[in-house]
Amino acid sequence: MNTRLLPFYATLFIGVLAYLICVIQFPGMFSTRVAGNLLTDNAFLGIAAVGMTFVILSGGIDLSVGSVIAFTGVLLAVLINWNGVHPLLAFAIALTLTTLFGAAMGLIIHYLDVPAFIVTLAGMFLARGLCFVMTTDSVPINHEFYTMLQSLYWRMPGGGRLTFIGGLMVATFAVGILIAHFTKFGSYIYAIGGNRASAELMGVPVARTTVGIYALSGFLSGLAGIVFSLYTSAGYSLAAVGVELDTIAAVVIGGTLLTGGVGLVAGTFIGVIIQGIIQTYIVFDGTLSSWWTKIVVGILLFAFIALQRILVWLSTRKASALGAH
Amino acid sequence: MAEPPILLSAEGISKSFLGFRALESVDLHIRAGEVHALLGENGAGKSTLIKVLTGVHQPDSGTTRLNGEQISVRDAQQAQKLGIGTVYQEVNLLPNLSVAENLYIGRQPMRFCLINRREMEKNARALLAQYDIHIDVAADLASYSVAVQQLIAIARAVDISGNILILDEPTASLDRHEVEVLFTVIRRLKARGLGIVFITHFLDQVYAVSDRVTVLRNGKLAGTSLCADLPKLDLVSLMLGRTMAEATHGSRRQETGPVHREISFKGFGLGRSVAPFDLEIGRGEVVGVAGLLGSGRTETAKLLFGIDIADSGTASIDGKPVKIGSPRDAIKLGFGLCPEDRKTDGIIGDLSVRENIALALQARRGWFNRMRQSEQRALADRFVKALDIRTSDIEKPVKFLSGGNQQKVILARWLATEPRFLILDEPTRGIDVGAHAEIIQLINRLCGDGMALLVISSEIEEIVAYSTRVRVLRDREHQGELTGASIDTGTIMRTIAADSARIEA
Repeated sequence: MNTRLLPFYATLFIGVLAYLICVIQFPGMFSTRVAGNLLTDNAFLGIAAVGMTFVILSGGIDLSVGSVIAFTGVLLAVLINWNGVHPLLAFAIALTLTTLFGAAMGLIIHYLDVPAFIVTLAGMFLARGLCFVMTTDSVPINHEFYTMLQSLYWRMPGGGRLTFIGGLMVATFAVGILIAHFTKFGSYIYAIGGNRASAELMGVPVARTTVGIYALSGFLSGLAGIVFSLYTSAGYSLAAVGVELDTIAAVVIGGTLLTGGVGLVAGTFIGVIIQGIIQTYIVFDGTLSSWWTKIVVGILLFAFIALQRILVWLSTRKASALGAH
Repeated sequence: MAEPPILLSAEGISKSFLGFRALESVDLHIRAGEVHALLGENGAGKSTLIKVLTGVHQPDSGTTRLNGEQISVRDAQQAQKLGIGTVYQEVNLLPNLSVAENLYIGRQPMRFCLINRREMEKNARALLAQYDIHIDVAADLASYSVAVQQLIAIARAVDISGNILILDEPTASLDRHEVEVLFTVIRRLKARGLGIVFITHFLDQVYAVSDRVTVLRNGKLAGTSLCADLPKLDLVSLMLGRTMAEATHGSRRQETGPVHREISFKGFGLGRSVAPFDLEIGRGEVVGVAGLLGSGRTETAKLLFGIDIADSGTASIDGKPVKIGSPRDAIKLGFGLCPEDRKTDGIIGDLSVRENIALALQARRGWFNRMRQSEQRALADRFVKALDIRTSDIEKPVKFLSGGNQQKVILARWLATEPRFLILDEPTRGIDVGAHAEIIQLINRLCGDGMALLVISSEIEEIVAYSTRVRVLRDREHQGELTGASIDTGTIMRTIAADSARIEA
């Protein structure tokens, strides 16, 4: 139907194909256990990628994601372990701080008219630096509430476990899809990504939306940080280095146009899962280096960027044919 | 007859951009149930006035009243809230959103805090049905033609506007039937008591639908009048800033008998852009092109230079057929074009005078045959002297030169390639009087040297002064050619106004 959604269908096809190849080679991968692990292992990546999807849809970029995840982890560890703060309160503090951090970047991007790349690059260094100010050590988190959350799971048919953090990621994607397609905020994001000047003339509140987008990305980075600390039970300054690049890769492989305006949150989900499947394949194989994930992701990225350019080229040709009548 | 009440009034609106006065104390009164045509040549300030009224620009001075109450519009959103709907000149919609989303963005029907897409699409279908458009509203806007997009933009603006509807050149990309549909809608809205501002370059459309007309010229109010009291010819003189009385001197250039015209275009045309025309031009001829903006002047130039590719007709030089598929082809054939908007299409502001002049010649030589610095400098020096380009240094970035000198730099760039056929689109726009005269002298000199020139201009006197023949364009058609003694400002203006009854007089 719609040529713009072609990258999404391509991703879906590649995702299914990759899974089938894995299952043919290792029939053991066809199980809810593997599926459950896939969700759990990629939970923090997925949650951060939802935020990144909105940022890229609006035509921006957020490089601070990985640093904010590490910052959240270290902050939680320091608050809970050293200061005896209850995890729930610590979560609230962390989410407030990261949301404000994102909003501040959005304000600078909009009002000072600085490219998002530069502002969030500064944010990346700032957040990473703040981790080291708090502590340079890896701080373990020991709290019964953490243990409780970590042991929460829903047993799927076939014995797979949908853990709390895996479920949280799925829920985040569900909410993300609702925001993208069923709220005014969502339609504003697509509008700004499509053409900022037109959007402004059509009465889209560009300032409010831009700040909202980066605040949302900050919030979701914070949430990803919480999930990451539940996953690792520790806070460490050097954690999650380069995660922002993994999320960008997931978004692009998921069919979102890097120039903004076109893409689906659901596509990002598949993008995350494809990365997870490659990782799982490597684990099952046992002889391959885990760096093969990066190599395959790199090849996929090239393929998808080329696909997008071809589609853009085709659609402009179609548009000029329409215009000329 | 009682005048209808004034809905929106703008008084003494002034606006400058970086010292350039775009609007100077302009008044505009929009009455309920009236279609108000806003006319003026390019750069007269129409779009700026519209953008002030809709809050895109803030005026430097002046007051705006809506229903007698003073308002100051901060942004497009607030203008919409006040019931001022606008269709801007370029279709300002979002091609990546669906038709329905474009119509209702920011005003989507909600249910349980979420957008009710089904309701929105139902409303969109009903809204577009009023315009005789029956399309899939869930599809991307980009999948429809520009004309349909234009109608969607209009439908959107009409739906928003409770008081005032502003249409900035809405008919530029519509065909006859679509224009009729639009006019029916305009008349219906008029009956509903809306005040409508209608900007267009098609004079027939002004008389077809408008009640009142305001003309802007060089950012100032040139006049405002009821359409019924203003004959077309008077309207044209108001727009061009000349009265018939003073506009009577004839051409001083006489045709020098039958000349060999080696460059010939037959049946050249492109879809909606320009209707097919014939043009022959030879050494030592200047063909002037007159017509209002939007009459197909610039489109003709683009076609001849291969920027737009003709879909009908053939071109030949010295009787041999040639293909003009791109500006590169045209340059190879010895054509040159100085475009209308030198800031965006011609000058590269950050490069020096020398680099700007050497550009076209370098491009023709190819990348691997680089011009040496000394060669470039000699070239630049020669033209700076020959055209009297006033610059302290040939290494000075062109953006620091005055408008007239920038124009000469572009001219020099093309003259350096020694073209046989040079197209000048509005060579004297936006330059001061002294430079103006020099450019005209230059045109005469080049013509004397045996170059073939096609010069497009809004300044009719100027065209009369240097042309051996004059083309007059109206409604994207070449209306005819004036030669010899028939070249005078009066005839040109009458042809533009299509006042055929008086042409033979």
